[in-house]
Amino acid sequence: MLKSNALKGLGLIIGLVIVLILMWASVLYGYTDITSQMIIDSFTNFDESNEHYIIQDNRIPRSLIAAAVGASLAIAGAIMQGLTNNPLASPTIFGVNAGASFFVVFGVTFLGITSLQSFAWLAFAGAAVASVTVYLLGSLGSDGLTPIKITLAGAAIAALFSSMTQGMLAMNETALEQVLFWLTGSVQGRSLEILMSVLPYLIVGWFVALLLGKHLNVLVMGEELAKGLGQKTYLIKLAGALAVVLLSGGAVAIAGPIGFIGIVIPHIARWFAGISYSWVIPYSAIIGAMLLLLADIAARYVIYPQEAPVGVMIALVGVPFFIYIARRGINE
Amino acid sequence: MNNKQFPVRLGKVSFLIDKKSFYIISLLTVLAIVLMIVSLGIGQLFISPVDVIRAVIGQGTEMENLVVNSFRMPRILLSMLAGAALAMSGAILQGLIRNPLASPDIIGITGGAALTTVIFLAIYTDRSNTLTMSIQWLPLASFIGAVVIGFLVYFLSWKNGRITPFRLVLIGVGVAAAADAVTSLVMILGPIHSAAKATIWLTGSVNGTNWNEIATIAPWVFGITFILFIYARRLNMQELGEDLAKNAGQLVQRDRFMLLLLSTSLAGGAVAFAGGIGFVGLMAPHIARKIIGSAFGALIPVSALVGGMIVVLADILGRMLFMPLEVPVGVFTSLIGAPYFIYLLFKSHK
Repeated sequence: MLKSNALKGLGLIIGLVIVLILMWASVLYGYTDITSQMIIDSFTNFDESNEHYIIQDNRIPRSLIAAAVGASLAIAGAIMQGLTNNPLASPTIFGVNAGASFFVVFGVTFLGITSLQSFAWLAFAGAAVASVTVYLLGSLGSDGLTPIKITLAGAAIAALFSSMTQGMLAMNETALEQVLFWLTGSVQGRSLEILMSVLPYLIVGWFVALLLGKHLNVLVMGEELAKGLGQKTYLIKLAGALAVVLLSGGAVAIAGPIGFIGIVIPHIARWFAGISYSWVIPYSAIIGAMLLLLADIAARYVIYPQEAPVGVMIALVGVPFFIYIARRGINE
Repeated sequence: MNNKQFPVRLGKVSFLIDKKSFYIISLLTVLAIVLMIVSLGIGQLFISPVDVIRAVIGQGTEMENLVVNSFRMPRILLSMLAGAALAMSGAILQGLIRNPLASPDIIGITGGAALTTVIFLAIYTDRSNTLTMSIQWLPLASFIGAVVIGFLVYFLSWKNGRITPFRLVLIGVGVAAAADAVTSLVMILGPIHSAAKATIWLTGSVNGTNWNEIATIAPWVFGITFILFIYARRLNMQELGEDLAKNAGQLVQRDRFMLLLLSTSLAGGAVAFAGGIGFVGLMAPHIARKIIGSAFGALIPVSALVGGMIVVLADILGRMLFMPLEVPVGVFTSLIGAPYFIYLLFKSHK
């Protein structure tokens, strides 16, 4: 763990530099050979060559999207872990991704929606419905909100939404073809437009998250204590929920459901930054972006010349980590 | 001996059969048969129950004979068998782990079976989309996946000499996610070009079943069920807890191993042909316990019948609601099952 605030700040800057390097690498590496000179040329001196088109239409959007989605999912996970005081909280485990996917597929199947803007709104609605449902189910009963109950309620809601999604897809093959590529969870083949239409919401989510940090530090000590210290806990929870919905809904709208970033990254961030959410949230953002960029580059090579969906890569790294956390124990 | 039970002797083997259980099981069997007859008549060509029976014994019109015996019968038998297998698998797990939330899909066994099934199909499908290996080996493949994942989850959940129900479910959720991830990777890599078809199969579907598949799954399910009956008594002991079972002279660990093996092979058999039909293994044993109580000798057949009926019913709904489109059975079972799971979750916490 990094001890002083100066060191933590330095760590963040180094992290940011690594993210930028990885973004550059993400443009460089892949099936088509690209050199750094070509990247620069494609901006200053676009010559309509294949390489330049690939750089501008494929690699650069992909690199930006991986960074934005990775950071957003990781922040959403960190906030959820703070709000519910549950080390296993994350958009996948709580069914938020599944809810967003369900709404998007519903829109495509029954409402004939194809515009990107509406995709985003549907994803937000789904993320909101799922997180509110899971939160309410998790707080039912005399013992209030317990980590175990909310986790299991999340697993059940996720199963419910994903089976309904598959049911709709099974009935409507054209919709299936439209959304199957999206449902596997990938940052490949997404246009810059999708990112641009969602980016404003993500930015709002990032800012809310950064402002929330120190309030979450108080909230995790217990709701009673937080209230005693004069915190308006419902406001913090509402703001947190808003950030979670914007970030995970937005990420799903762009990249489809990508699991396990939200759960794994905040734990790694704590390892560097300690337990203060003021630091955990920015560290999560940086490390989340790094992980998704790395996983996306790796996804181009594991089954070369084909590409593996990055969601699969992340799951394979994330699951052992998840099991480790589950075994270490959460308060039952 | 009292007048509530009567003995049955088959050579050297003898059972005491509880009269009440006997009546309930008979009643449920009749109900299941009625349900299957109704289901046989439903579809684009509607056939009345009397004509269905006539067609089953080969006395109907040529068209009815064809539709009932060749098209509908296999899928309905598969629904029944797969539902029964998943339900028994769930009943064993719930007794073994003494956890009302346990079921083959929740702790990842179904996911493991799906994974090896997809791998089998990917390896042994040639370019012209035909299997190069006999389909008879398919249940073995999914059985291996079910067993590997089942034991993996079991051992990973083991900590300080015991398994808490919640740790088991959590680790199951995690391992199931990993299995899903690898499954989609194999689907992309393999020659199963129609990812759409595989998606539907993974949800749990009995569409397009043929007699060949029934001829493979039926002996598998019946064979394991037979072994299970011999073990049912031991399962009763397991439910009393490890210490008591040990004191009663049981080889607890060996029996656990056997029972887990039986449970996973039942789930594996079901998944091989019907895909991952969700939540049946969870719901059926609970419903059965309400009907008959928790002695396993009777609980297992009742669970099997209830599970089979749930899937047959889900299949009827799936075919009727959006005719001519078909909704995979797994969708309906999850629609009922997931809320039921949440209900159980809260009940077990009170």
